[in-house]
Amino acid sequence: MKIRTLAAGLLVGALTLTACGKEGAPSGGTGDTGTDAAALPTYTVAQNVDVAGSPTFAKIKGAGKLTIGVKDDQPGLGLKDPTTGKFQGFDIEIAKMVAAGLGFDESKITFTTVDSAAREAAITNGNVDYYVGTYTITDKRKTQVSFAGPYFMAGQDLLVRKDDTSITGPETLKGKKVCSVTGSTPIQRVRDQQLTEAGNIVEFQKYSQCVEKLITKEVDAVTTDDAILKGFAAQDPDNLKVVGKTFSQEPYGIGLPRDDAALRGKVDDLLQAAIDDGTWQKIYDATLGKSGSAATPPAIQRY
Amino acid sequence: MDVLLDNLDLYGPFFWTTIKLFLISGVASLIFGTFLAGLRVSPVPVFRAVGATYVTLLRNTPLTLVFVFLVFAYPLLDIIDLSYFTAAVVSLTLYTSAFICEVVRSGINTVPVGQAEAARALGLTFTQILGQIVLPQAIRSVVPPLMSMLIALLKNTTIAAGFSVAEAGAIRQYLSERGDNQLVGLLWVALGFIILVAVLSFIQRTLEKRWSVAR
Repeated sequence: MKIRTLAAGLLVGALTLTACGKEGAPSGGTGDTGTDAAALPTYTVAQNVDVAGSPTFAKIKGAGKLTIGVKDDQPGLGLKDPTTGKFQGFDIEIAKMVAAGLGFDESKITFTTVDSAAREAAITNGNVDYYVGTYTITDKRKTQVSFAGPYFMAGQDLLVRKDDTSITGPETLKGKKVCSVTGSTPIQRVRDQQLTEAGNIVEFQKYSQCVEKLITKEVDAVTTDDAILKGFAAQDPDNLKVVGKTFSQEPYGIGLPRDDAALRGKVDDLLQAAIDDGTWQKIYDATLGKSGSAATPPAIQRY
Repeated sequence: MDVLLDNLDLYGPFFWTTIKLFLISGVASLIFGTFLAGLRVSPVPVFRAVGATYVTLLRNTPLTLVFVFLVFAYPLLDIIDLSYFTAAVVSLTLYTSAFICEVVRSGINTVPVGQAEAARALGLTFTQILGQIVLPQAIRSVVPPLMSMLIALLKNTTIAAGFSVAEAGAIRQYLSERGDNQLVGLLWVALGFIILVAVLSFIQRTLEKRWSVAR
């Protein structure tokens, strides 16, 4: 009887311990945040800015501060450093650059993490003044919000284990387990184009959970935009690689309230200026460029 | 209406998965919960202790944590591979059983002690007393709380969306990526759940009427 109680106790203890150890601990990595802070450009804060006819600008001008929606779990793009609480990455720098152009220095910015599924609501309700976080411009989304940019051209790609040579592109996914974030466009594409069997599609809340499953070999590929995957590969280059054959076009835009065409024009101007004077390239080189692949600035699409 | 009609390919299969999740884990929870209640009222101290420990542990653990354990930690133990759907059923069952157990136990407490004593005097074993005398009377008196637990289970199935089970809880994320209006989409999800709960409430009323005990 005693042995039984003991065994039960041990089992319970072991279960609790394993659960605690896993909870909230993403894949190891080297602690590299994917951003070279020293190489980042500095932005000149514009003085006496006025955007005529922009309700959003009137609001932030009156408040004297700015709230920007971002992601906090994408290395190289938008990542929150857990020790300092600071946000780092390509998207964050673009957000800061635009803020400077609107007349706000870094101390006036509040970064807020907004999930993919909550983006439209956050912009429409005015919880954020604009949103910079791997936000793909689509015509359907334009019916709810408006987009400045694109400021980056990404494409769907695959992240696999470094020693895996069997996956070379989307057509080699049959029979492989493919992971992405619940309901995301990349996983919907995999489902719709039947790149793999329905039973092999795995969906979690966060990319980091997929990457964890990739390392423990429970899935064979993680799919989403190459920009996001490069960030993870740069964190753990010994175990992971990006296949490097993109099979979609994902133009990233800055999400703005739908009725604010004036601010959209202004942000487009700021992006164009950053592309023209080389600031864009400097930002890229200090963040995503660290993964070793080059990128060219996209053409701004005004509408 | 457009949001629903344009995305019927989501609503249909996803709600079907919700219903399957609910039915399988509902039946499993009722069985396992009743078994646990049996442990908690058994004359053997170790059984009682195991039952009490289980209930304390699972009732105090957030359901999401149970899911995290089964989906992220359990596979590392390399025992039996569970599909994500099975993992969701197991998580929901483990969690809901703890609550069902307590509901059933409170039902057992409503059965007068004389019933069990009379049965024992007739020479029935513990299993016979519980299964043939006590439980049939106990279950009748706890239909409303049992149904409440099942309704809670139905809504808890939405947590599985975060753990690779495409059910009604995942519809919002899909709509967001497709660029459809999520609020309208959520209203349809809510309506779906209202219909499902209405069915459960109907079953509850029917059972209550049929099983009502005159005291």
